Amino acid sequence: MAAHRCGLSLVFILIFSSLACHSSCDSLENANEDTEEKQSVSDTPREVNSDGSIAAEDLNERRGRSTDAELDRRDGTRTSEALTPAAAARDEFQEELVIRPLHSGDIYASFQFRTLWDTDFLQEGQKVSHYRLFPKSLGQVLSKFSVRELHISFTQGFWRTMQWGQPFIPSPPGAELWVWFHDTVSDVDGNWKELTNVLSGIFCASLNFIDLTNTVQPSASFKPLGLGNATDHRFLRYATLPREIVCTENLTPWKKLLPCGSKAGLAVLLKSEKLFHSSFHSQAVHIRPVCQDEQCTSKAWELRQTLNVVFDLYTAGQGKKEWSLFKMFSRTLTEACPLATSSKVYVDITDNPEGELFELSPATPLLSQAVVLGDRRTYSVFDLTRAETFGQLRSLNLLLRWKGDGGEMLRPLLHAERYVAGFGLQTGEIHTVIYNNHPYRAFPVLLMDSVPWYLQLYIHTLTVTSKSRDNKPSYIHYQPAKDRHRPHLLEMLIQLPPHSMTEVTVQFERALLKWTEYTPDPNHGFYVGSSVVSALVPSMVAMNTNFTQDQPLFSSFVPVKEESSYFVRVYTEPLLVNLPTPDFSMPYNVICLTCTVVAVGYGSFYNLLTRTFQVDEPSLPLAKRLANLIRRIRGVPLLT
Amino acid sequence: MAAPLTLLLIVAVTIRAVLFRSSWAELISERVEVVSPLNAWKRVVEGLALLDLGVSPYSGDVFHETPFMIYLFHFVVDYAEIVFMVTDGITAVALYLSIQTYNKNVFRKQKYALESDRYPADCLELLRSPKEMFYIPLKVAMFYLLNPFTILSCVAKSTCGLNNAIIALFILCTLKGSALLSGILLALATYQSIYPLTLFAPALLFFLQRLYIPVNLRRSSFWFFTLQYAFIYVGSLVVITGLSFFLLGSWDFIPSVYGFIFSVPDLTPNIGLFWYFFAEMFEHFRLFFICVFQINVFFYTIPLSIKLKEHPVFLIFMQIAIISIFKSYPTVGDVALYMAFLPAWSHLYRFLRNIFLVSCVLLACSALFPVLWHLWIYAGSANSNFYYAITLLFNFGQVKSLNLISHFT
Repeated sequence: MAAHRCGLSLVFILIFSSLACHSSCDSLENANEDTEEKQSVSDTPREVNSDGSIAAEDLNERRGRSTDAELDRRDGTRTSEALTPAAAARDEFQEELVIRPLHSGDIYASFQFRTLWDTDFLQEGQKVSHYRLFPKSLGQVLSKFSVRELHISFTQGFWRTMQWGQPFIPSPPGAELWVWFHDTVSDVDGNWKELTNVLSGIFCASLNFIDLTNTVQPSASFKPLGLGNATDHRFLRYATLPREIVCTENLTPWKKLLPCGSKAGLAVLLKSEKLFHSSFHSQAVHIRPVCQDEQCTSKAWELRQTLNVVFDLYTAGQGKKEWSLFKMFSRTLTEACPLATSSKVYVDITDNPEGELFELSPATPLLSQAVVLGDRRTYSVFDLTRAETFGQLRSLNLLLRWKGDGGEMLRPLLHAERYVAGFGLQTGEIHTVIYNNHPYRAFPVLLMDSVPWYLQLYIHTLTVTSKSRDNKPSYIHYQPAKDRHRPHLLEMLIQLPPHSMTEVTVQFERALLKWTEYTPDPNHGFYVGSSVVSALVPSMVAMNTNFTQDQPLFSSFVPVKEESSYFVRVYTEPLLVNLPTPDFSMPYNVICLTCTVVAVGYGSFYNLLTRTFQVDEPSLPLAKRLANLIRRIRGVPLLT
Repeated sequence: MAAPLTLLLIVAVTIRAVLFRSSWAELISERVEVVSPLNAWKRVVEGLALLDLGVSPYSGDVFHETPFMIYLFHFVVDYAEIVFMVTDGITAVALYLSIQTYNKNVFRKQKYALESDRYPADCLELLRSPKEMFYIPLKVAMFYLLNPFTILSCVAKSTCGLNNAIIALFILCTLKGSALLSGILLALATYQSIYPLTLFAPALLFFLQRLYIPVNLRRSSFWFFTLQYAFIYVGSLVVITGLSFFLLGSWDFIPSVYGFIFSVPDLTPNIGLFWYFFAEMFEHFRLFFICVFQINVFFYTIPLSIKLKEHPVFLIFMQIAIISIFKSYPTVGDVALYMAFLPAWSHLYRFLRNIFLVSCVLLACSALFPVLWHLWIYAGSANSNFYYAITLLFNFGQVKSLNLISHFT
């Protein structure tokens, strides 16, 4: 039965993909004309999909959703307009995997899944209950909390920029969440609190530990990446949990958000036992409003799920410079996700034009060039929607075999690191070192630091030095912490001279906390989230500022405003800081002993206040008293 | 008498100037015994830096000085060392003059009593001769200026020295009989650190005694003067607070200064009793014990005023000592102020028991503070209990010494 269905689905995939290609070409060429035709064209794949390729429970769900839609249609004309088949059918799903062999012998694999949802549910009075490809759980969250943009990432391990270059989408160790709310929201903090709790449930993560004590509102570092140029940072919330540990329980709900789940397409590679046996693992969800086409006539919601993983040469690769999909993921690719309009695997062969560095098999005639992170890269492309990609074995197992030693990698132009200096548990100093490796261009960077309240920063000790000279930041935004309410936020705009190292230092004092405020392992230390360095780095080649639908996903995440520079965000290491601890075993003793001293004070004052002084007549010795007794009888004067 | 005092001032200033220039200054200004979150110089500088950045210094939890302090140091921040040395000098001179005045009063009373033959014959050896009283003011000034606690406090540039100066001037004005200045200075001291509020009662008692008004609730003259003095005090307090509001344009400083003093949110170790107690406190008892401990500071005023209404100057001393023992963020600068008064009660020493023991305890504790701090914070071979034990013992010693003196008045 399963085989039958599989075969059937393959046929449908073919039909579907050809039609989808057709329709997307259409929309590119004549964007505004003749919706009639598009309706009929794009209607077909929808029916095809719901017929066969999806599992039975999906069908049931879909049926449920369509009754929802019918109900809504009766509600109002506006809603029903949005839910006509034409509108719903413009939802789109793309998946892609980029493999970049690193010079260290490690391998970097980056998955991106993009779901476009053609609706504008933040409009006044519109209720959306029809979900096709977009996950309903997220859609409801977005509309309930009036979220404009949401970025969440879970990362295990630290991205080594100096060894591996820049990642496509950077993320700090632990969990990071930043959200732009719609400017109609009145109680942003309330929404934020509820949102973090809901997301915590959706992703099985400890996001509920995000509260006001680790939330900041950066004024310049985090601009919206989607449509609309909101600048009022009152609607932005940013929080990191550097201690968050990412594991299978976070991956499973993340995979469930994909239209095909982990059953088909690239997502079959995402087996947790391999993914977490790596030196770096990062999964993220980015939701933002984007333009549907070049003229931006209609808006759509984009859900971008990314997963980046770096497999280590020695632990995962057993020291052999030989990688294959099977070795990395213990799976091979057999099909694209049937719902995807495009499904591609890119292998970075820029450093290997003649095949002298490594050998890639099977060979592919398709090549693609993209300008990404200020560099023109060449990729071999494997299009999974084509049957010939899979060859006769009906499976694709990419093989990369290194021939010699890897050459020198181009040093990343921007790089940052951070550490704590000082000894003892009283004070310390945070050092942030930012490197500009550009040979002749200076450029400004925005440095953002969010430090928990129990490290009291002294902003007057802030020094910024480049090339052993004072480098005064041209913009400083500092918000001091409030004990138990708010962390420190420090944002600076620093001009980095060419080919230089800039050091930012600031002193802090460690607070003694209440004994209930320590973590269960207090002597492990407290984490301080990564600093964020955001910059427009001068590009070596002209960046592509044109917006096109068919750009590879990895090169189209951050909008490019000008040709001469590209946006980079670098996260430094999180810090682990020890705090002085009280003795947790003796609250009773302390209460008793302190109260004793107070009572001694009280007692002695009480004594002073109530004591009266009287002249005390000294009593006579016994012999004199006896003598007096006799004298009294004799009637002679008494002795004194 | 002026020559020895001048000499003393020169010696004191020299010691401070040398220490300011030495590498010790940095070390001393970090000591938790010398500076507290309320009066650390580092935090004053931080407050000024925040002001320069356009951020209200009270928006964070680092700065807890009053608005007057910001404006004072806004102008003299570059001459801070001189300001602190001068302040110490002023305090010492004020104490010198106050004790001189006090001694004159005591001596006059004693003379009247002698003339009217009120002393029993066997008490004559207890009478105080002008010769032995002659050097007491100088000793007081010396106890203040050359006390290591004062020197440390000054070298650390703790603003505690300024508060001490205000209190010393208040005592001087009170003993000189100027109710107006005394009320204003008391209001200023209260504004600075709230606790000197309890000095209202002894000051009032002193004025009543000086004007021969009996403390009698049915006498209109008593009420007239009490209300007059209270009006001066409350009026100047309102004016000072209002002025601070106009300086900053917000009331933020009220929770940030007085809320901080009362609710004890910062548990940085110091020589007091609060920090470890509230670090180890069970959460649901916290409010109760904060109330108990704060009431404890103010509570002694009433019974002590009743008991010591004949000795208002001694009552002032007692109140200052109680404040410095039981306040929420005490430093050695506070201890130094009440210790300066000890020579004034030197005629009591012959009655004191255990004086050797108590002074040994205080000396040993002062030496052990840095040692145990080092073992806990830097060496890691001790834990917080060691430092806590020393604070307990130090406070116990202070309570005992106060007790000894008060019993024989």
